[in-house]
Amino acid sequence: MERCDLVITGGGPAGLAAAVSAWEAGVRDIVVLERDQELGGILNQCIHSGFGLHTFQEELTGPEYAGRYVEKVRRLGIPCLLDTMVLELSPEKVVTAMSRERGLFQIQAGAVILAMGCRERARGALRIPGFRPAGIYSAGTAQRLVNMEGFLPGREVVVLGSGDIGLIMARRMTLEGAKVHVVAELLPYSGGLKRNIVQCLDDFGIPLKLSHTVIDIQGRERVEGVTLAEVDANLRPIPGTEEHYRCDTLLLSCGLIPENELSRAAGVALHPTTAGPLVDESLETNLPGVFACGNVLHVHDLVDFVSEEAAAAGRSAARFLSGGGARGHRTIPLRAGKGVRYTVPAAVDPVRMDEEIVVRFRVAGVYQDVSVVASCGGEPLVRKKRMIVSPGEMEEVRLKRADLLAQPDAEEITVALEMKA
Amino acid sequence: MRESRELICIGCPMGCQLRVQLEDGAVTSVEGNTCKRGDTYARREVVNPTRILTTTLPVRGGCRPTVAVKTAGEVPKTLLLDCVRAVRSLTVIAPVRAGEVVCEDLCGTGIALIAVRDVEEKK
Ligand SMILES: Cc1cc2nc3c(=O)[nH]c(=O)nc-3n(C[C@H](O)[C@H](O)[C@H](O)COP(=O)(O)OP(=O)(O)OC[C@H]3O[C@@H](n4cnc5c(N)ncnc54)[C@H](O)[C@@H]3O)c2cc1C
Ligand code: SF4
Repeated sequence: MERCDLVITGGGPAGLAAAVSAWEAGVRDIVVLERDQELGGILNQCIHSGFGLHTFQEELTGPEYAGRYVEKVRRLGIPCLLDTMVLELSPEKVVTAMSRERGLFQIQAGAVILAMGCRERARGALRIPGFRPAGIYSAGTAQRLVNMEGFLPGREVVVLGSGDIGLIMARRMTLEGAKVHVVAELLPYSGGLKRNIVQCLDDFGIPLKLSHTVIDIQGRERVEGVTLAEVDANLRPIPGTEEHYRCDTLLLSCGLIPENELSRAAGVALHPTTAGPLVDESLETNLPGVFACGNVLHVHDLVDFVSEEAAAAGRSAARFLSGGGARGHRTIPLRAGKGVRYTVPAAVDPVRMDEEIVVRFRVAGVYQDVSVVASCGGEPLVRKKRMIVSPGEMEEVRLKRADLLAQPDAEEITVALEMKA
Repeated sequence: MRESRELICIGCPMGCQLRVQLEDGAVTSVEGNTCKRGDTYARREVVNPTRILTTTLPVRGGCRPTVAVKTAGEVPKTLLLDCVRAVRSLTVIAPVRAGEVVCEDLCGTGIALIAVRDVEEKK
């Protein structure tokens, strides 16, 4: 069987940044496996600008941001196999893949980095009564059709869900000549960035209806219209608030989930909240030598943080391959406390960890004037004031190695929000 | 002439409701912002709102049907729809290189339209 020190599954921004950083940390035998015909992942279809403000201090489009990493990988000469689908991973790190060129093949990897990204929540997951006529698309599918295939899926559009992809597509379809009637959001707040609400909806006079949902879709062959209704505090439609819209297209922008079929089958333990692997501070899963980063780990809203996280995974894999970073030390679990939905990582090893690590998390609701507190045995380790936090924007808090070493009996670290009384 | 305008700051999720007072088109005051960024944003946004335009163009003879393009600088917000309309009459011929200018002066704005990725010729 072929051998390779580091196999990276997925050639999106996460896989590419992981490859570059592993190389920079000394790994020379790397291969990136990508099922698509080109590198760059989902960024190839995200043609709007706003990427890279953190990493490059420049506002790039998705393809430009991806291009920077593709260029780095090419310059370093890291092999990338395209049109190559990873089918299976074994706990012993045997990767089974298939491509038209090579057929079915297996590689015994020294370490594996999972970077398969995420996918959109399927339509079936949304409970809308009525038939399933043509003209219903996920926002990401519409994005691919318009931006990659040059095909406009409809002219009269209603968008359900105000996640960033839905907002971006409302503008994109408008620019392409479609009429976007309304964006409806079930929750009382939008999961999208403020910037996108202003520049994608307000700029074009597209109304955003919060606490609204689609209760009926008309049309048998093709969508002919939808009915919206306002929902109460329990998210149930309020009778008498129905409004009818004639349209030929309904776009659904209802969230993303990490793509982990491969990981699950390999025996990688998943987090019940993120649906991504449970990892420690080196981004290692429960399978030794198997790491995860990017959207396969937890859904990110800014690609800059994907690149940063992936670079950390690359360094950890390099350390693992050189025989360092073995487990066996004490690990302290991280617990999501009040107002916090999850943390990545879910555990830290205070001896092995770097001087400082980033803990990323999402909050459970919109809160103003709060403090983010990481504490250990009731003692605060870090406290950070935030004017506002919202579920749509990922938060972070940094833990210092010295602080954790000073707590030899720590049983757990809690990350929580402290509300003002 | 005095006038007053309302807008939402996009600087962070606070989304402060900003009230801007203008006199003869010049900003005299900004209220409602919680931090300095809101003030800066309001002054720019009220006097001359501009945006980067991104869209796609059809490619003739390419290995893919479209190429993503963007304006090399920000164009006035009021001209966005005119600009995309002007773009619709353009086609480019493969190969296209990232950074290549596909239109020197978009819609009289003086701003160029550039490709953001490569598109190879169809083999
Ligand atoms: C439709 C959509 C639109 C988005 N828009 C934005 C946006 O506007 N701004 C933003 O910052 N973020 C956006 N995101 C989030 C975006 O995904 C991340 O910013 C970033 O692209 C994540 O990088 P990644 O490498 O983790 O995942 P991806 O970019 O998804 O890359 C994963 C790669 O893995 C490959 N892959 C998956 N499974 C296999 C397999 N079994 N074998 C081989 N290869 C495999 C895929 O083909 C893909 O190339 C969007 C996400 C989606 C789904
Ligand atoms: S004014 Fe400051 S606090 Fe308010 S939204 Fe703008 S950036 Fe945020």
